Amino acid sequence: MKKVGKFIYIGLIFLFLYLPIFTLVILSFNDSKNPSSIWKGFTLRWFEEIFSRSEWMEALINTFVIGILAAGIATVVGVAACVGIMALSRRQRIWMLQLTNIPMVNAEIVTAISLMLAFAMFGISLSRGTILFAHICFCLPYVILNVLPKLRQTGTLAYDAARDLGAGPLKAFFSVVLPDIMPGVATGFLMSFTMSVDDFVITHFTRPSGINTLSTLIYSQQKVGIRTSLCALSTLIFLIVLLVLLVRMFVMNRAAADKTLKGGT
Amino acid sequence: MFKKKSLAGPYMAFILCGTIIPLLAVLYFALVDKNGSLTFANLASIADPIHLKALGLSLLLAFICTVICLLLAFPLGLMLRKSGGNKGFVIFLLILPMWMNFLLRTIAWKILLQKNGFINMILTSLGLGELDILNTPTAVVLGLVYDFLPFMILPIYNVMIKIDNSLVEAAYDLGATPFKVVKDVILPMSMPGIISGITMTFVPAMTTFAISEILGGNRILLIGNIIELEFLHGGSRNVGSGLSMVMMVFILISMALLNKFDKNGEGTVV
Repeated sequence: MKKVGKFIYIGLIFLFLYLPIFTLVILSFNDSKNPSSIWKGFTLRWFEEIFSRSEWMEALINTFVIGILAAGIATVVGVAACVGIMALSRRQRIWMLQLTNIPMVNAEIVTAISLMLAFAMFGISLSRGTILFAHICFCLPYVILNVLPKLRQTGTLAYDAARDLGAGPLKAFFSVVLPDIMPGVATGFLMSFTMSVDDFVITHFTRPSGINTLSTLIYSQQKVGIRTSLCALSTLIFLIVLLVLLVRMFVMNRAAADKTLKGGT
Repeated sequence: MFKKKSLAGPYMAFILCGTIIPLLAVLYFALVDKNGSLTFANLASIADPIHLKALGLSLLLAFICTVICLLLAFPLGLMLRKSGGNKGFVIFLLILPMWMNFLLRTIAWKILLQKNGFINMILTSLGLGELDILNTPTAVVLGLVYDFLPFMILPIYNVMIKIDNSLVEAAYDLGATPFKVVKDVILPMSMPGIISGITMTFVPAMTTFAISEILGGNRILLIGNIIELEFLHGGSRNVGSGLSMVMMVFILISMALLNKFDKNGEGTVV
């Protein structure tokens, strides 16, 4: 009896989490301009609408280009910073980490308006560049917090050994240290990319009118009225997220299996 | 390699230009008027009844949302811990809705709660009458809980699953009731997860403007909505900055209270 109650509770929570998403998915095939629960027949035209409208395609391209660039630049700057931070004294290092934490604990809207004000103060007009800069700023902590612990684990021994054996500093870093900290670098990059793609608030305040990412376009579209094409977009995003997470789970399970295999022998 | 401090240079430039200077800019704009002379009027504008009401409502709704999330997530954590299912799969199920764009998830509730929406269709077919909560604080709380529940569940689950089961068994062997085991063993050990869950729920819930706008129509104004209006819809940046500073103070007070509570919690363990 107790087990049944437990089962029902877990089921209800996950139903609560998934019911709205599934509703969007089902409605996206409904042949009705506004998403309503009255079924008017099956159609794929809302998906066609998403792919045929240039505003959606532009927003999609902006989202991905900004995401890749922000995550990429944050990763390069962040990894270099971690190496630099290792050279700092203990006190300086604590200071740097405190500063790194600010964007993570600050309310998003405050980060957003602070950047907007800074751009205004220095006469920088808003563009894709300001969005990119803002995204790099909030991505950097994720890189630092993922890479620094790995770098500490690795230590300097392997690097010093490579140098003793005649490798230049760059070669020693790229062929000895980097492979060691790669899991942290990869996680930092992926987290940054997800944060950037998912961001709404900071983009909303640092974008010029006329330039949209998916989030800001969704926001301005729903203001005018919710059309069924938004449901179709949800279905597409749901499928992409599902695919990415399945691959992630598969890779992680593989890695875990490899580890136990190696540990066993 | 580990002697090159200069490698942190670009990062320091980003911190300076992307965090420190912008925050100082907020402080500056909060303390001057349109012409650049010193004033406290922006900070004092929180006393405006509309602003005060928005701040109060934000604190109240964020508090209710956090409590509901905690009450839902804690038992769930206990059950998932016991049932011991595949950890990777549980986390997969929790992250999936988290990674969906939160605007779309909020819009989903707006569609569900419509007059001719799915929920009312079921309710009327069961003869239970209609639910008309769209554009009320109830709908906003529902949206907040829905959007932030995974952020409460995930850290609590992550901490709980790491609790050594032999501690729980030892407590049972020593004659503790199930309630006492939860209260004196599992709860104190889950505290770090609970605290980070509360932080990850309360701050975004208190400062949101999109969720209240979508589910509250234009009738529910939270402090986030007021700040957004001041900055992007023809208000005053100075007033917006002033209100942001006041809002930050309230967030810091809440966090300080939370930390104090946390220390008390740890104190009782020892």
